[in-house]
Amino acid sequence: MKKIEIPLEENLGHGHLACAGCGAAISMRLTLKALGEKTIMVFPASCWSIVPGSWPYSSFRITAIHAGFVTAGATASGVRAALDVRGDLETQVAVWAGDGGTFDIGLQALSGAAERNEDFIYICNDNEGYMNTGTQRSSATPLLAWTTTTPVMQPKENPKKDIMAIMADHHIPYAATATIAYPEDLIRKLQKAKGIRGTRFIHLFSPCPPGWKMASEQTIKISRLAVRSRIFPLYEIENGRNYTIQEESRIVPVKEYLKLQGRFGHLTEKDIETTQKNVDDTWERLQRRARC
Amino acid sequence: MKRVITGNQAVAYGVILSRVDVISAYPITPQTTIVEELSELIASGRLKTRFLKVESEHSAMAALIGASTGGVRTFTATSSHGLAYMHEMLHWASGARLPIVLVNVNRALGAPWNIWGDQSDSLSQRDTGWIQLYCENNQEVLDTIVQAYRIAERVKLPVMVVLDAFVLSHTSEPVEVPSMEEVDSFLPPFCPDYPIDTQEPRAYSVITTPEYFLEFRYKVQKAMEEVPEVSKKVDDEFRSRFGRGYGAIERYGKEEAEVVLVTSGTVTSTSRMVIRKLNEEGWSVAGLKIKRFRPFPSEEIYRAIKGAKKLAVIDRNLSAGVGGIFAQELRAALYPKEERLPVFGFVSGLGGRDITPELIEEAIQYTVEHPRPEEEILWLGLKK
Repeated sequence: MKKIEIPLEENLGHGHLACAGCGAAISMRLTLKALGEKTIMVFPASCWSIVPGSWPYSSFRITAIHAGFVTAGATASGVRAALDVRGDLETQVAVWAGDGGTFDIGLQALSGAAERNEDFIYICNDNEGYMNTGTQRSSATPLLAWTTTTPVMQPKENPKKDIMAIMADHHIPYAATATIAYPEDLIRKLQKAKGIRGTRFIHLFSPCPPGWKMASEQTIKISRLAVRSRIFPLYEIENGRNYTIQEESRIVPVKEYLKLQGRFGHLTEKDIETTQKNVDDTWERLQRRARC
Repeated sequence: MKRVITGNQAVAYGVILSRVDVISAYPITPQTTIVEELSELIASGRLKTRFLKVESEHSAMAALIGASTGGVRTFTATSSHGLAYMHEMLHWASGARLPIVLVNVNRALGAPWNIWGDQSDSLSQRDTGWIQLYCENNQEVLDTIVQAYRIAERVKLPVMVVLDAFVLSHTSEPVEVPSMEEVDSFLPPFCPDYPIDTQEPRAYSVITTPEYFLEFRYKVQKAMEEVPEVSKKVDDEFRSRFGRGYGAIERYGKEEAEVVLVTSGTVTSTSRMVIRKLNEEGWSVAGLKIKRFRPFPSEEIYRAIKGAKKLAVIDRNLSAGVGGIFAQELRAALYPKEERLPVFGFVSGLGGRDITPELIEEAIQYTVEHPRPEEEILWLGLKK
């Protein structure tokens, strides 16, 4: 595989308000390096309504359009349409939305835009819960996890929604998962997305130290374990059909991933077995899809 | 050129003549023929406009917020539940100071389901920071859309142009359609103050703390306060070029009348006929049409009713717990004045029931015969 250079260009400036060890801040820094300065990014409500700073300041060196929670797919469609009318086909329109703004409240607008194959890169920064409002469950929260609305007496009863399958079934030209533990892979996928027209979807896995009750220095380690335990496999889907899985050779039991996070601290051995089974099933499902 | 067209076709002509860049809309009765007409025009190549056929009204407004921020001229049309669904984004559009023009075909809101006309949809958006203009006929619909862009782009606030369901939207009338050249010379291209430019990156609608938020809203209010003067200038220029103008309000019928009947939308046309007849019979009654609901034309109204003894208002809308919304706004407008006329608040025609000449005459007769209204809400044509 071609060696990937991480661009020196910095488009996330100093003084932003992300927490110590925030996976999303590292994700954002890498993403903006890959996308470059000719980018307009649409932000529905998420931590990133706060992180860049409040008026009259912004720590972004790109154009940022803050938008209503539900609206990322629609707002980005409108921005793209305006640029097209103005004859600017060079500027990239991107979305940066959380898992709430993607899996849940924004799914309708995203689905509409993907069905129309609107020309933008949609980045879902998935930290598996409503972290900006203080760690409530989302449909991206994993099975049996603690959140403030799924207390340990009644942890999350349902497995995580398969957003990648949903996006693939919109037959969009490109969808990929990525995480900061594999920065060259993340940059490569974003640069590949940049070269394609139509709706491109990047599912970023971003650990959240306060929300996951984890040590802030373990963000990268936990990201890597998420891939190695197959909690979050790295793969690409082209045109909703052609799957490429970036196989990880050092597979670890899911327990290795779970035990570093307080949100799974209440799990019994049986719960861990249940989680392992759910991960195995999801992995098998992905492989089945990849084979057809 | 004179054409016989429906209100919804007049909307489409208004959109063509205003050289709209981006349309985004979701179909809803009775607005549907607007989006159908525009789709046909674009498909046949007669209209060079991007049309985003989104999956909901909420997304329609969000898409226009994106496009208008991108610096192009935008349009949408909706009705009733569609407008209610947009509500959140209506606030966003005015807060972001985007000159979006929206046509709302007035229709009742459920439950129960009803597809016919009343003003409850647009009037329940009165606090969203949008300018609201109500139309009486199809000519006024076309002309108001063209004027709306001039006003919106000058004061940097969105404009809602309102017409009645079916009575206008699906009814054909002769309409003078101006030429593209004539409208071009009246309506210059949209030049935004802060267009997106990646060479000069900006953050739009970034979170604003209590330290500054009040000032943002103060500026919206100041922009609203510019509207009477700006829209008068725009209307005067329109009149000089096209021979038609509308004003924020229009008074008709007997001068120095004791009773003034206040209406908006198509009820005004019926009222004109009734008042003409009553004037011929010697009744001291005049009519007042309110076109501009937001900002409310208090001063214009106050000047127009000087000398009157009583006001009668026919509201085709209801704010349950208070009554008709135009009556409520009028009472508030008159309260600081020395002459605080009694306001007879009639409510009628909800859910598309006709407001007939007989009902209008009944309202006027009641107002003439009573020194003050016996009840706060006077129901016209209510089946008891």
